[in-house]
This record gives sequence, structure tokens and C-alpha cells, in this order.
Amino acid sequence: MSHRVSVNPITCEAHGMCAEMLPERVTLDEWGYPIVDETPVSGAVLAHAMRAARACPTFALLVERERAPSRR
Amino acid sequence: MSASPPTLSGDRSPSHEATPALPRLLAGIPSDGAMGLGEHLALHGPPPLIRGRGRRQDQERAERLIAEIDRAGLLGRGGAAFPTATKMRAVAGSRGRAIVIANAVEAEPASFKDRTLLETLPHLVLDGGLLAAEAVGADELIVCVSESARASAQSLRTALGERATRAHDGAVERSPRVRVETLPDHYVAGQETAVINHLGGGPAKPLFTPPMPFERGLRRRPTLVNNAETLAHIALIARHGAPWFRQLGTPTQPGSALVTLSGPVAYPGVYEVEHGASLASLIEAAGGTTAVLRGALLGGYAGAFIGAERLRGLGLSNEHLAAHGASLGAGVILLLSDSACPVAETARLARWLSDQSARQCGPCLHGLDALATSIEQIAEGRAGARATQRIDRLGSMVVRRGACRHPDGSVNVLLSAMDTFRAEFAEHARHGPCERCASPEELPLPRREIAPDPPPRRPSLLGSRS
Ligand SMILES: Cc1cc2nc3c(=O)[nH]c(=O)nc-3n(C[C@H](O)[C@H](O)[C@H](O)COP(=O)(O)O)c2cc1C
Ligand code: SF4
Repeated sequence: MSHRVSVNPITCEAHGMCAEMLPERVTLDEWGYPIVDETPVSGAVLAHAMRAARACPTFALLVERERAPSRR
Repeated sequence: MSASPPTLSGDRSPSHEATPALPRLLAGIPSDGAMGLGEHLALHGPPPLIRGRGRRQDQERAERLIAEIDRAGLLGRGGAAFPTATKMRAVAGSRGRAIVIANAVEAEPASFKDRTLLETLPHLVLDGGLLAAEAVGADELIVCVSESARASAQSLRTALGERATRAHDGAVERSPRVRVETLPDHYVAGQETAVINHLGGGPAKPLFTPPMPFERGLRRRPTLVNNAETLAHIALIARHGAPWFRQLGTPTQPGSALVTLSGPVAYPGVYEVEHGASLASLIEAAGGTTAVLRGALLGGYAGAFIGAERLRGLGLSNEHLAAHGASLGAGVILLLSDSACPVAETARLARWLSDQSARQCGPCLHGLDALATSIEQIAEGRAGARATQRIDRLGSMVVRRGACRHPDGSVNVLLSAMDTFRAEFAEHARHGPCERCASPEELPLPRREIAPDPPPRRPSLLGSRS
């Protein structure tokens, strides 16, 4: 089963924890906000993702099954 | 308002003997004040009944109305051209009693169509909103206007009063409750989750999605948010059917649309056009241009600029405009005169868009500010050699990274300006301000406190047949 990593940009406060704990999917922009690669994660990377999500001080990093957030 | 509209370079076949004429929405529009309920019913006839015949029948009628809207191919008029029936089905299919929001916030500074509808034809919007509410099983319709649109709110309240005193009249007796709410005058306040946030007691700022409004919106109930014009079209589709609706427009974008035309034309204002009609015919209906054009902004401040040389033969449909990276959006068409400096205009717009950020999302807050700063530096001739690359990088750095599409729309309009007016940007980067930089500002960029002045009203009709 594939999971997807995304970020809630409203709650994100650029602590940067995710880039440290999930370098496989997250880099930071010049202001320190995460740029998330949304290609599905599984196995060891999924475990890293879960750990990063738990470590985010504002719980802004999301690991979800199936769909990615959509905006309009 | 000639009986035979101007000749067009249009992309449609010229024989339309049997097609109904425009206007549709703007039919019978009073030159002053609003059309009363009696007149409205005399002109359009009563709206069909959806509810009140027992559960089974009600359900069938509701489904039939949505199917009709689907066949009509109605696309949302709030900017994104989203298929209306798809959204209605999603709301109807979600668990819980639904709510319908008529979005007449019209946060786009150069748009006056929704205000025009509410101030002159409030019953059309109310009919559509009530029909939509009945179709998705909602018991509540909330019409949202901006604080500065006092005339719209007043007109709505008068219209609701008329309906209350005629409640015995089956023609207008509908069960959903209706109320009017106001939102602060801010660009992102018109975004659908910002409206929901505000109505729920929060600030008028967008919410993170999912959940999408159709599944869990206001008070966690399935919420249908439609633009006021979208609902007005529903009022007519429910009466006349999908084939009638499709007699105008293009196969992919059927029907007519309200557009707000401003800039150097004799009669700026709100016009009803057929999708696919030419910009030239619209300008002609507006009395022609009063200055040489430098270009046009289509789709408002999330739209795209098109240079004057490409305006000839331009068709007002998304299919046509896509070739220019533009779309009709909410129908804003802003003509830029030759005496304006497109670089100075773009720099002011960039700063304004940055100021309009709800400041919730880092990439939007910092990215739009950085974009504005870079564009201002070019306009002032103090940008480094790599300013354009920097702007491109910033653009790709903010797109799709906000909770709403404000950053995306902003990048779209700013990059289209830089692309369209490439030579002028290069000139400014090298030599600084030009003599036109001091010309009067043409793009309306209202401060929050200032209520915009509507352009003179001259609703008109326009078709793309010759
Ligand atoms: C920054 C921003 C501002 C918006 N402002 C408005 C607005 O003033 N009125 C409106 O109808 N839609 C506005 N929208 C679009 C709404 O979010 C929503 O898509 C629309 O109301 C849906 O109606 P429709 O499907 O009938 O088009 C805005 C969107 C964004 C991203
Ligand atoms: S993207 Fe910008 S305007 Fe939209 S919610 Fe985030 S901060 Fe507000």
C-alpha cells in the first residue's frame, strides 16, 4: 500500500525537522519551508516519513494513504 | 445595443437564424434599481418545483435538475470553470444535511458582474441558489457579499422581503432558509474555504484541504459553494433546459457569460457575451476604444496579459485563450492603454498581490514578497543581471505550495506580464524608469479601506453571430 507525504502550509512554521529526518523526500526552500516530493513512499522511507511526521513540532507534515491534498 | 451585432472574425458558423438572442441573464435589466419579484416572474415564469411532492418524487426531481445542469455543461463562473453538476453531485452524495453558499464576494477589484446581478436582478440569483439548495438537499442558502457592497446586500434584503410577503404564492415558496452575510474586503476573502472559515466564526482566510467543502464544509456539513453568476445560470437552465443553454457558446464552454470590461473604451461596464464571441465585437459593443491599446489582462489578477498585437481575432472562450496562457476566469477584461507603462503597472500589481496574501503559508508570504521586490528592482533599474532567472526560480518555488491558489494565480499573472512585455522589462532593467512610469495608474488596486467605484453601468447584449 502506498503512502504520500505532504505538508499543511498553514500550520508549518519552518522548523525544518522534516528535511533532517526525511531527506529522501524533503528539501528546504530559501526561507526554510519544506519542498515535498510527493512520489509515494513505502518500506524504510515510509518509516522515516512516519517518524518525521511525529517529530514535527506543529504536526504539519502529513503521511496519508491514497490521495494528496487538493486545493482550489 | 444594436439588433444585429457587429461582424466577427469568430470561429463559429455564421447561420444562427433559430438561435435565441442575448441577453439571457441580463434580459429586462432595469436601468435603475432592481427588478421586482412580480416583474421577474412575469419575464421568466415561475421556477420549477423540486421539493414538496413526497420523498421519492422530490429525489427524482432533484436528480433530474442536476442531470440537466450536467447536460447543459455549465462551468463555474467564480474563476476556475469547474463543472457545476460534478460539484453538486459530490455535495448531494456526501453524508449530512447540505448547505449552499452563493459566493458574491467578488473580491476581484476589476469585477462588477456579481454586484450588477445582485443590485439589478437579485431574484435570478435567489432562484438559482434555492434551486441548487433543493437539488443537493440543503436546508440553508447563505448569500455572501463583501462589506463594501452595501447596495448588493440592501437589494438582496429587499428581494427577500418581497418573497416573504408572497410566500403563499407557490411560485416562490421554497423551504430552504436564506440569509445574507458580509465578508471583509480582501482578495483572498472570496476563496471558498475563506468564506466558510469566516461564516464559521473564524477569520476570512483559506483553510487547509482536505476535507473539501463538498464533503465537510461549514459546520462540518457538505457545502456547495457556487459563484452568484453560476447560480443565475441554474435559474434559467432549470426553466429552459440544457439544449436551450447550449444554443449559445462553444461545445466545451456552452452558454453566455457576464464579463466586466474596463479600460479605455467608451462604455466600460458589465456585458453579457456568448462564449466564443470575439473580443473585437465586445469592444465594439462598448463603443470602441478611446486610446491605442498596449495589451489586455484577461481573467483578472490571477489571469494573464496578452499583448495588443495578439488581441486581433481573440475569441472569448477558454479554448481560444489557452493558446495565450489565459482564461476567462471570472470574466474580467482589463484593457491597458498605450500611455501606461506595463512594467510600472506590473510592479504595483506584484506588491499588491503580495500584500493580499493571507500570510498563513510561508511560501506565499515570503515568495510573493520576494517576487514583488525583484520586479520592483527591475522597474527601478537596480536589478542584478540575473533578476529574470531569480523571478523564474521564485515562481516555481511558490506555485502549488499554498493552502489556496493565490500564489499560483499571482505567479501566473506576473510571469505573463514579463513575457508579454519582455522588451519593456529589458529596457527598464537596463535604463530604469521610462517617461510612462509616471502616467496615471490603470490597474485598479484598491486599498482595503476604500470601496471601489463601480464603472458606469451599461449592461448590454452581444452575440457572436453575424
Ligand atoms: C484568491 C482567490 C479569490 C477568490 N475569490 C472569489 C470571489 O470573490 N468570488 C467567487 O465566486 N469565487 C472566488 N474564488 C473561487 C472560489 O474559491 C470558488 O472556486 C468559487 O466560488 C466556486 O464557484 P463556481 O464553481 O460557481 O465558480 C476565489 C479563489 C481564490 C483562489
Ligand atoms: S496560499 Fe497565501 S493566500 Fe492562500 S492561504 Fe496560504 S497564505 Fe493565505
